[in-house]
Amino acid sequence: MHSRFCQFKKILFSTVIIFISCYLSVYALADDRGPKLFKKCKSCHQIGPDAKNSVGPHLNALNGRIMGSIVGYKYSKAVENMGRLGNSWNRESLNKYLENPRGFIKGTSMKFAGITKESDRSELIDYVFFVSTANARIPSYQDPELDQKILSIEGDYAYGEYLSSECITCHQASGQDNGIPSITNWPVEPFVTALHAYKNNHRENEIMQMISKRLSDEEIASLAIFFNSLNN
Amino acid sequence: MTINRRHFISASAGITAAMSAPMVFGASRPQVVIIGGGAGGATAARYIAKDSKGAIDVTLVEPTRSYYTCFFSNLYLGGFKDFDSIGHTYGKLANDYGINVVHDWAVDVDSNGRTVALAGGGSLSYDKLILSPGIDFVDGSVPGWDLSSQNKMPHSYKAGSQTQLLNAQIENMKSGGTYCMVAPPNPYRCPPGPYERVSMVAHKLKKMNSTAKILVLDPKPKFSKQGLFEEGWNKHYAGMIEYIGPDMGGKGVEVRPDSMEVIIDGTPEKVDVCNVIPAMKAGKIAELAGVTDGNWAPTIAHTMQSRKNSDIHVLGDAAAQGDMPKSGFSANSQAKVCAMAVRAALTDSKLFPAKFSNTCWSLVDTNNGIKVGATYEATDEKIAKISGFVSKTGEDAALRKATYEESLGWYSGITSDMFG
Ligand SMILES: Cc1cc2nc3c(=O)[nH]c(=O)nc-3n(C[C@H](O)[C@H](O)[C@H](O)COP(=O)(O)OP(=O)(O)OC[C@H]3O[C@@H](n4cnc5c(N)ncnc54)[C@H](O)[C@@H]3O)c2cc1C
Repeated sequence: MHSRFCQFKKILFSTVIIFISCYLSVYALADDRGPKLFKKCKSCHQIGPDAKNSVGPHLNALNGRIMGSIVGYKYSKAVENMGRLGNSWNRESLNKYLENPRGFIKGTSMKFAGITKESDRSELIDYVFFVSTANARIPSYQDPELDQKILSIEGDYAYGEYLSSECITCHQASGQDNGIPSITNWPVEPFVTALHAYKNNHRENEIMQMISKRLSDEEIASLAIFFNSLNN
Repeated sequence: MTINRRHFISASAGITAAMSAPMVFGASRPQVVIIGGGAGGATAARYIAKDSKGAIDVTLVEPTRSYYTCFFSNLYLGGFKDFDSIGHTYGKLANDYGINVVHDWAVDVDSNGRTVALAGGGSLSYDKLILSPGIDFVDGSVPGWDLSSQNKMPHSYKAGSQTQLLNAQIENMKSGGTYCMVAPPNPYRCPPGPYERVSMVAHKLKKMNSTAKILVLDPKPKFSKQGLFEEGWNKHYAGMIEYIGPDMGGKGVEVRPDSMEVIIDGTPEKVDVCNVIPAMKAGKIAELAGVTDGNWAPTIAHTMQSRKNSDIHVLGDAAAQGDMPKSGFSANSQAKVCAMAVRAALTDSKLFPAKFSNTCWSLVDTNNGIKVGATYEATDEKIAKISGFVSKTGEDAALRKATYEESLGWYSGITSDMFG
């Protein structure tokens, strides 16, 4: 990931309440080609707050989305079939698709010739995933603020590494998201805040609520520093 | 490679066996042998090799070159996955983690000499042995059925060619024919597995043979996620599924593979496909290693060590561990506790308190996923349940779809966790 993005992530996560609109404007301020490249897509695909399906499906929560899986959008048979076979959108598949849409999914109804330049595709994907994550399966909950005492607990790396093995059954250590969000490389504070939000039932997901309830404040801090160190 | 290794091993076996503690001999690394490269065994091998960073010599014994996961094999029957997508190989474990992968059957364990005999004639010596052989079937549990009938009446409860066979039988079933499942008694692997299978078979038949019938003969008075499955069956497959519980003749069913008949309460009935899932027990090698008590191998929760032999650990379906269901998720969770305990015993790594968890997802119909899960702790007596959850009836479509997508993420996660 670009260091620029990490920088943004930090800006983003340092405010506990995340407004997607800020998110977008923070991004737009940067001298980045993402928004410009996205113009090619914009006439058919919406992204960001309130994005809806139009000519093409909306692109929120795209990273890890099963192909052809948005309820209410009429996909081509070809795309639907890819999804039924378990294929999902990630950096790799999107890169191939954007390079040669009809070559990658024969029979897709997307009328787009493709982007030849590797670096353009890569920057576009950075942008789309960055914006779309704000609307992804880890929604931008308004997590309650945590006591500074909890946030300042020092975690134990080795303990975090052991505890992480329970998380990694679902959240991949490689940072891949094929249906369950990536939790690697998060800044410590939002990681701790999010787990406490599950623990207190502010965030929904029965598995996460159950797992986090068993974790002590020290254990959460240990997991946070371990996952922060997984840089991929 | 195997040959060289065997030579090496038989040459050093005497020395290792003569030593009381492997660490005494500075140069030789402690040896861990793992039997079974499935959910428990592959995970344990990978974690021990990865976390000991070469300090422990890890050998994984597994006869098949491609492991087909039972998990998602029902989704293959439903047409949601292709067969190749549930197959996994051991290349990364061998190449990236330095595990000696030996494709052979373990045929005996000498727990005094601490050696494992292989079908190919070799032998492996160990300091710690981990058994994760999965299940075998209890002879005579369904009168009329034995392993020699598995081509006529497949169990498809070990994934691979059995799964493909059942799939072909269902696809070739005559129009309006009957698929019959003889469901297993408790305890067995994957409590919701038979009922997810019924859902997936119904999904397939509804599309390609809509007048076909499904007959479920069940010896148990109730089953996992029953309310959720029944809700789904009524909603998606109304009129297709006939469920016969123990009171109505679902218990004590006999089968006649040659005439494709099932005998329910003394009355023979002809069926077109018969999926017999017999009663289960620990994989045979557990019994040969002398660690079983009845059908299963009792373990100590803190370390997954056998209660009968402290040099042997038992994982997954084969273990009698307490409250965890026999699932791939459970086996993977137990493997991590076991890996930590084995490393702590053989090297100076830390021993942390054991934590376990499990979630089983099932697919009822397209985008209609449900789940059940719990967390567990180790007590002196058993792996004990702390708390759990289960999906609710009447959940909206968006949540059910999210649950299904979560299951895809889990599949990808656990298979990477097993095979690297
Ligand atoms: C239809 C179905 C659906 C399922 N769905 C799910 C699900 O959705 N989620 C879930 O968590 N679980 C599911 N399960 C359960 C899951 O597959 C098992 O619980 C899990 O595989 C158990 O792991 P294990 O390591 O104990 O055994 P296995 O994974 O079966 O591995 C045992 C391995 O040992 C090898 N072996 C056996 N004997 C020997 C020997 N003597 N020498 C060498 N090797 C040997 C075998 O070849 C095998 O590869 C399902 C099971 C079925 C049948």
